[in-house]
Amino acid sequence: MTGAPLVQQPSGARAWLLSPEPASRWQARLGRFYLGWRAFSKNPLAVLGLGVVLLLILVAIFADLIAPYSPIIGGNLRTERLLPPSAAHWFGTDDLARDIFSRVVYGSRTTLWVVMLVAIIATPIGLAMGTVAGYLGGWVDTVLMRITDIFLAFPRLILALAFVAALGPGIDNAIIAIAITSWPPYARIARAETLTIRNSDFIAAVKLQGASTPRIILGHVVPLCLSSLIVRVTLDMAGIILTAAGLGFLGLGAQPPMPEWGAMVATGRNYLIDQWWVAAMPGAAIFVVSLGFNLLGDGLRDVLDPKAAK
Amino acid sequence: MIRGGGHAGALRFLLTKTVKFILVLATTLLGLIAVTFFIGRVVPIDPVLAIVGDRAPPHVYERARQELGLDRPLAEQFVIYVKKAVTGDFGNSVLTTNPVMTDIMNTFPATLELATLGTLIGVFVGVPLGVLAAVRRGSWIDQLVRLLGLVGYSVPIFWLGLMGLLLFYAKLGWVEGPGRLDVTYSYLYTPVTGVVLIDTLMQGQMDAFWNAVSHVALPACLLGYFSLAYISRMTRSFMLNELAQEYVIAARVKGLSEIRVIWRHALRNAAVPLVTVIALSYANLLEGSVLTETVFAWPGLGQYITNSLQNADMNAVLGGTLIIGTVFVLLNLLSDLLYHLLDPRTRR
Repeated sequence: MTGAPLVQQPSGARAWLLSPEPASRWQARLGRFYLGWRAFSKNPLAVLGLGVVLLLILVAIFADLIAPYSPIIGGNLRTERLLPPSAAHWFGTDDLARDIFSRVVYGSRTTLWVVMLVAIIATPIGLAMGTVAGYLGGWVDTVLMRITDIFLAFPRLILALAFVAALGPGIDNAIIAIAITSWPPYARIARAETLTIRNSDFIAAVKLQGASTPRIILGHVVPLCLSSLIVRVTLDMAGIILTAAGLGFLGLGAQPPMPEWGAMVATGRNYLIDQWWVAAMPGAAIFVVSLGFNLLGDGLRDVLDPKAAK
Repeated sequence: MIRGGGHAGALRFLLTKTVKFILVLATTLLGLIAVTFFIGRVVPIDPVLAIVGDRAPPHVYERARQELGLDRPLAEQFVIYVKKAVTGDFGNSVLTTNPVMTDIMNTFPATLELATLGTLIGVFVGVPLGVLAAVRRGSWIDQLVRLLGLVGYSVPIFWLGLMGLLLFYAKLGWVEGPGRLDVTYSYLYTPVTGVVLIDTLMQGQMDAFWNAVSHVALPACLLGYFSLAYISRMTRSFMLNELAQEYVIAARVKGLSEIRVIWRHALRNAAVPLVTVIALSYANLLEGSVLTETVFAWPGLGQYITNSLQNADMNAVLGGTLIIGTVFVLLNLLSDLLYHLLDPRTRR
C-alpha cells in the first residue's frame, strides 16, 4: 500500500498528486487537497484572508517576542499617559500609560482563544443535534428542531447578554454565552446535509451490514456534513469575534487589566475627541481580523461548496 | 396547480397557515419564556438579598422569599412566571422602581425610530444599488456592493459609530453629538407617540425638529449602512436569479425597454424574497441597537437593557430580552407569511 508511489520522477510530485488512479487513500486525499488549494490560491482575496488569519495566529504565538512593552504594567503616569503614536509607541499609549501596540498584540491571544473555544464547543453541539434530528426523523426531529428554532429566534447578542448577566461578566462566561448562541445554524446545516444523505444507497448498504445507528451517524453521516459545516464556522468566526468584542465593549467580556480589543475601544471612548488613537487602534484590529476571516470563509466556500457560490 | 378554485384555495391555505402560525408562535414564545426563566434561576445574585439587604434578620428574609414566591416548587414558579409574562408583568425594575413594562413602553419608541430610519435608508439605497450591481455585473458598482457587504460584515458597529462621531461631530461639526435632543429643546414639546421626530413635527416645533434630525442623522446612517450592506447584496443575488429566467428574454423579445424589463418585470419578482430579507434586516437592527444606543447615548431599549445589566437589575434585563425576542419572532413569522401571500407558487 505504501511502497508503490515512492518511485517518482523529479517533477513527479504534481503528477503523483493528480494521479487518476491513486494507490492509497492517503494519496487520494492529498490529491483532493492539492486540487482544492489550486482553486483556492487562484482567488487573491481568499489568500489575503488566509494571510491575515495566519498573521493573527503567529502574532498570538509570538506575542512575547513582538510586543515591545508589557501589556498590563504601564509606564510613567506623569509623562507617558495618552501619548500620540510615535516611533517609541507605534499606536500611542492609553490612560494608564500602557503601550497600545503591545496591548493589541496580546489582545490577539484573547481573540484567538475566544474563537477557538467557541468553535470547539458549538460545532459538536450543532453537529450532534443536526445529524441525530436529520437521521432519526420523526418526533426526535420535531423536538430537536423546535429547540433549535427557539434559540434561533433570539437575537444573538441579546441572548449572550442575558447569559452573561446571569453567569457574571468575564471572558470564560462570554465564551460560554457565545457558544450557546452560535450552535443553532450549525444544527440546521447538519440536518439539511443529513437529509440528503440518509436515503442514499451506501447508507442502506451499511445498514444491511448490521451497523448500529450511532455507528452510521458517527462514521458515515458526520464526515459528509463536515465540509459545509467548516465553511459555515469559518464564515461565522467574524461574527463570533464581533460578538465577543461587543460584549467586551459593554464591559461584560474580558475584565481589566486583560487586554481585549472590545474593552480597549470602550476605554478609548472616554478620550475619543482628543486622543482618538486609544479607541481607533484596537477597533481597527478587530476590523482587520474579522475581514480576514470573512475573506477566508468566502474563499473556502467557493472551493468546498461550489453550489453555494454565486 | 391541481387545486381548482383560486380564491377558495388561497383562503383555505391562509386559514391552515394562520393556525400553524399561531401554534409556532405559541411554542416559540413559551420557549423564549422558558429560556429567560432558566437564566433568571441560574443567576448567582440572590433576588431576596437584593431587596432586604444582607443584614436582614432571618424572619424578614423568609417573609420576602415567600412574597417573591421563591419557596414554591420550580414547576409552580414557572407556571406563575408564564402567566405573568403573558400579561406583560415582568415585575418592577430595581433601578427605576417602575414596572418593567412601563419602562419598556417608554424606551421602545426611541429604538423603533432608529431601526425604522435605518431600514428605510437600507431599502431606498440598498435595493437600487443591488439592482444596478446585478445588471452591470463586474462593473465598478458591482465591486462597490461587494465591498460594502464585506466591510458591513466585518466592522464592529460600535467602533464605526465612535469613528463617525469623531469625524462628523468632533472634527467637522456636521451633526449633533450623542443624545436625542439638546436640553434646550427637550421641554418645547409634549411626548405623545414617543418618537421625537413625529411629536415635534406635529406640534410645529420646527427648531426642535431640526435639532432632532441633526441628532438622529449619524446613528440612523450607521444602522442604514449595515442594513443596506445586507439588502444590496441580497438584491443583487435575487436579481441575477431573475434576469436569467426566460420571461426576461420574452419581455426583451417583445421589444420592451430595458428599464421596463429590469425595474418592472424582474424587480417585481425579486421583490418577493426581498420582503423576507428586509424584515430580517429590520430585526437585526433592533439587535444592533444595543451597541449603537450605548455609543450614541440613545435612550432606547438597548441602552435600558445594558444599564440594567450593569446594575444587576435582572427583572429589567429579562423583560427587555423577552420583548426583543418576541418582536424578533413576530417579524420572522410575519415575513414568512408575507412570502407565502406574495408568491402563489409557495402555496402547496
